[in-house]
Amino acid sequence: MAGPDGGDTLTAGAGPLDVEVVRKDFPLLGRLVHDRPIVYLDSASTSLQPRSVLGAMERYYETTHANVHRGVFATAEESTRLYEEARASVGRFIGSKDPTREVIFTKNTTESLNLIAHSWGRSNLGEGDIVVLSEMEHHANIVPWLILAEERGIELRYIPVGPDGRLELDDLDARVSGAKLVSVSAMSNVLGTINPLRLIAEMAHRAGALIAVDGAQSVPHLPTDVGALGIDFLAFSAHKMLGPTGIGVLWARSALLDEMPPFLGGGGMILDVKLDRFLAAESPHRFEAGTPPIAEAVGLSAAVEYLGAVGMDRIRAHELALTGYALDTLAERLGTDCRVFGPPAGDDRGGVLSLAFRDVHAHDLAQVLDQFAVCVRPGHHCAKPLMRKLGVSATARASFGLYNDEHDVDVLIEGLIEAGRLFG
Amino acid sequence: MPDLEELYREVILDHYRSPRNSGELDSPPAHRVEGFNPLCGDEVVVTLLVEDGTLADIKIGGTGCSISQSSASLMSAAVKGKRLDDVYRLIKTFKGMMSVHESTLGPNDGLTGNGTDEDAGAADEPEAADLSKLGELAALQGVVKFPVRIKCATLSWNTLAQGLDDLESAAN
Repeated sequence: MAGPDGGDTLTAGAGPLDVEVVRKDFPLLGRLVHDRPIVYLDSASTSLQPRSVLGAMERYYETTHANVHRGVFATAEESTRLYEEARASVGRFIGSKDPTREVIFTKNTTESLNLIAHSWGRSNLGEGDIVVLSEMEHHANIVPWLILAEERGIELRYIPVGPDGRLELDDLDARVSGAKLVSVSAMSNVLGTINPLRLIAEMAHRAGALIAVDGAQSVPHLPTDVGALGIDFLAFSAHKMLGPTGIGVLWARSALLDEMPPFLGGGGMILDVKLDRFLAAESPHRFEAGTPPIAEAVGLSAAVEYLGAVGMDRIRAHELALTGYALDTLAERLGTDCRVFGPPAGDDRGGVLSLAFRDVHAHDLAQVLDQFAVCVRPGHHCAKPLMRKLGVSATARASFGLYNDEHDVDVLIEGLIEAGRLFG
Repeated sequence: MPDLEELYREVILDHYRSPRNSGELDSPPAHRVEGFNPLCGDEVVVTLLVEDGTLADIKIGGTGCSISQSSASLMSAAVKGKRLDDVYRLIKTFKGMMSVHESTLGPNDGLTGNGTDEDAGAADEPEAADLSKLGELAALQGVVKFPVRIKCATLSWNTLAQGLDDLESAAN
């Protein structure tokens, strides 16, 4: 990527992604942990940032910072322009036709999903109305709906997860029949399963339901086109796609947003306020009360620019090849000692590997791996219903980003072998 | 990997592989109490039988990592048959050992903050003499170098303390 500001060295182009070049753009990969180079395998949790993102945010604070949509002075205008440009570039990145109205900045995916439940849900769902989720959802796409179930008696149905880690869609027709909303993950944060969204969206629409998508794991790793997918809502986070923490996105079709009541109340989301009533602003401002995450929007804008310059197709191809290498090498070196949940490497598999190694608890695995400077996440990954279905209380999850390479996988395996030795 | 070997001492691995007092007592008459670590999903079930001011019997159930399981097993062996006064004293001493003081952390651990376990933080720093009374439990001392794991080690102890508190308030 041409690096006039951030100093990134990456060059866009055809052919496979050059991971050695990419890695140079991520300063944190230069960090030593326990005197060893860090092996960062927790991108499903949060990604690392390239220099261009860090530089864009630093430059914003050093030269421009002012509140948006308020002042008339020069830096306030610049700040507003940068914030709104970020909205436009994020919208373009996911194929939004009308980003200035359809892209809402939130805190993260969780807040985006809560916004749907709180605003659309409370004005469209009542006693007995059906919302269809799946068994592989993150708690962020279960609990907001459970809250509505408790509060107003909506009914939840779940698309089951089969033994191969895929959604069981054979009777989807029956399951979505009579539903008002289907809300599913585009890609599982535990299994790496990439769900057939277009098919699910079609079925949902045929049944007269809307479809909301948790894109936290998919948007950072797969090309995304909301129009082609035929979905109605998409939620995702900046910090999993090379951007900063503290900013997320809700995309929704503008016709829906026009009908939705405000989410949080406060400054910036109104046209007028009197002592006994208020008039809400149009979308997206209606849903963005208070001073928004401005520097973070600038950072997210730089992140999608970086991803776009590398090319989402190349990123996907790289991560798929690496996932294939990891699955093959784990099987070859560790055999049946190591169990990886989820489908085999292929079109419907992302770079998330939830591991069980012999009967060593995930916490102990992660602890041993830490001594190898390998960062994996142990635990239930905020998907306890899925963990129960898998019959495990915790897994150790290794997940890939565009900056990971085969060496990272080799060190992971070295660490697993040491854990096996230690726990005999 | 010297740090790891300090964490996973032979005593700990032994109690992990062959947990003592494993299972559940019938309740009633035993009192049953569950503890959860919501961060990692570990669960512990402590059933305890108190008779005449003595912890007459205790069993441990649940799932968890080597630290939480071995700590629960070591605890059960240490408190079973003890007078309640001694049990409370042991809980205090153990949690004192688990409270992290920055001086006890190695210089190159790359940790930020003191990582103090909020539950253990209130406990007094144990006297060296107290630590010597811990016997096999002292093997868990290595855990304080790994602040994230302290909650694993204290889960069963907090659950036991909760159970004793339940019984005490029921008696009053």
